[in-house]
Amino acid sequence: MEFTLKTFIFYGFALITIASALAVVTVRNIVHAAFALMVTLFGVAGLYVFLQADFLAATQVIVYVGGILVLILFGVMMTSGRLEMRIHIERGQLLLGGGISLALLMLLLTVIANTPKWENLTDDGTAFEPTTKRIGELILNEKFLLPFEVASVLLLVALIGAALISRKEVRD
Amino acid sequence: MPEIFSEGFFPNINLQDETNWATDFVQEVIIPRLPEVVAGHFSVELGTILVMLVCAGIFVAVVPLLPLVLVLAERKVAARFQNRTGPMRVGPWGTLQTLADGIKLIFKEDYIPPQGDKLLFLLAPYIIFACSFAVFAAIPFGQGILVSDFNIGIFYIMAISSVIVMGVIMAGWSSNSKWSLLGSLRSAAQIVSYEIPLGLSILTVVMLVESLGMKQIVASQDGGIFTWLIFRSPFTFIAFFIFFISSIAEVNRTPFDLPEAESEIVAGFHTEYSGMRFALFFIAEYANMFAVSAIGVTLFLGGWQGVLPGYDFLGGFPGFVIKTLGLVFLMMWLRWTLPRLRVDQLMNLCWKYFIPISFFNILGTGVWGLIFEKDDVWSIGISCVIIYVGLISAYAVAGRSLARKPEPQPSSV
Repeated sequence: MEFTLKTFIFYGFALITIASALAVVTVRNIVHAAFALMVTLFGVAGLYVFLQADFLAATQVIVYVGGILVLILFGVMMTSGRLEMRIHIERGQLLLGGGISLALLMLLLTVIANTPKWENLTDDGTAFEPTTKRIGELILNEKFLLPFEVASVLLLVALIGAALISRKEVRD
Repeated sequence: MPEIFSEGFFPNINLQDETNWATDFVQEVIIPRLPEVVAGHFSVELGTILVMLVCAGIFVAVVPLLPLVLVLAERKVAARFQNRTGPMRVGPWGTLQTLADGIKLIFKEDYIPPQGDKLLFLLAPYIIFACSFAVFAAIPFGQGILVSDFNIGIFYIMAISSVIVMGVIMAGWSSNSKWSLLGSLRSAAQIVSYEIPLGLSILTVVMLVESLGMKQIVASQDGGIFTWLIFRSPFTFIAFFIFFISSIAEVNRTPFDLPEAESEIVAGFHTEYSGMRFALFFIAEYANMFAVSAIGVTLFLGGWQGVLPGYDFLGGFPGFVIKTLGLVFLMMWLRWTLPRLRVDQLMNLCWKYFIPISFFNILGTGVWGLIFEKDDVWSIGISCVIIYVGLISAYAVAGRSLARKPEPQPSSV
């Protein structure tokens, strides 16, 4: 395998992603875990850039880091006080969880084995093609219009529901 | 393209080219100048990275000078608004005051709260600083003066600036202080809320231009002042004001400065910071102010395009900076004119006015795009007439109703 600068940067991103993902599950402090998750999401966004999916990378950052992670941290801060969590694990849970994880690992490994190598993907000489136009056409013209609209209506319903539940009844 | 880039030291480089300018620079400028022995072994990729790093270094060294000027300008503007003279002692007319303050901050003690979270406390200023500066990479300062021509330009800017919230939360939480935490929570709520009308008003521009790239957005406004996107349709005219007000909220300035309201929570999320770390927040704040103004100019006010078609008046790099500083001055003006909003007013403004108006704007822009062809001269004329009539009627109606209506009482939340 030719060791170019591209491979170097790729492994840099991969290392950042995996190391911070490990930190997310091993660190005891919840806030630290949340910020490690931020690094993981950034790493994944970097990998998306390598796959020439620029729009997806920016969406990843804007939705997960700017939105969902902020919400998670909001929740953690509101319940401040007990940040060090020691979770008691039963043997049965350990076996079940381990089994499921192992199955997932096997699944991912088969997918990886059956996918063409990424070096061949990036070095075949095709020019970079902007993805935004294609994504827009697929969402609004072809087969993904219905799922897209259903998802947006679902989110709207969830938003209204959340507002209704959290609202305080005002008596005049 | 500016003259300095086309001749002499930089031969044959078209900075507007779609390919990577740093690679071109390495291949056409550096390698021919290297000695024969070295040139053969010189890696173009490594050279590209080095050139980019050097440029980034220059950038990070130069841009902090901007706050140096802006802080002084802010103090002078404030002084004029309050019938004072402002800083006058250091240097002629006090022009070196910020430099003196900066030197003072460098020598101050770097205090770290012992009960706080040390790692996050040290990390937070850098996240905010880095994100504030990463935004500048996608702003076209003039023809060919653009660090990186992303296909998704404006979307990248939104993504990067949404990460600033994380830095604010990090700073507020790790300080282990009530005021810091309250300030950062307020800031996060405010920024997350105002990002929605901001994004929606940017969307109206993107719908008209049919591109997310900053270069294409500027290129579509090249026919003088009436082809600037703010006048292109009545909806972008409204969108500009929503964009501008929301971006003032995004950078936490008065009248939206609840996250650092001095009279309520000391200094908000950076209460516990001192010395150079505090200075980093300060620089980032002013850099942000400049950045959002520059984005506003690029999206709505023609970017580096001049006022008249074909002439360079108010165009190019100087014109861009003048327009941007104009918006910055507007921000300062608002800061020293308006009182701070209450929390309920802040949220009412965003959710009950800006977001519905923005949705209406998007609908209207869609209809506008269906009626008129792209770059139709008639559409610009009609839009200017509608804006003019709309402004006059809004002035008449709003003036009359605002004069009578009493201020609503705060709801019991």
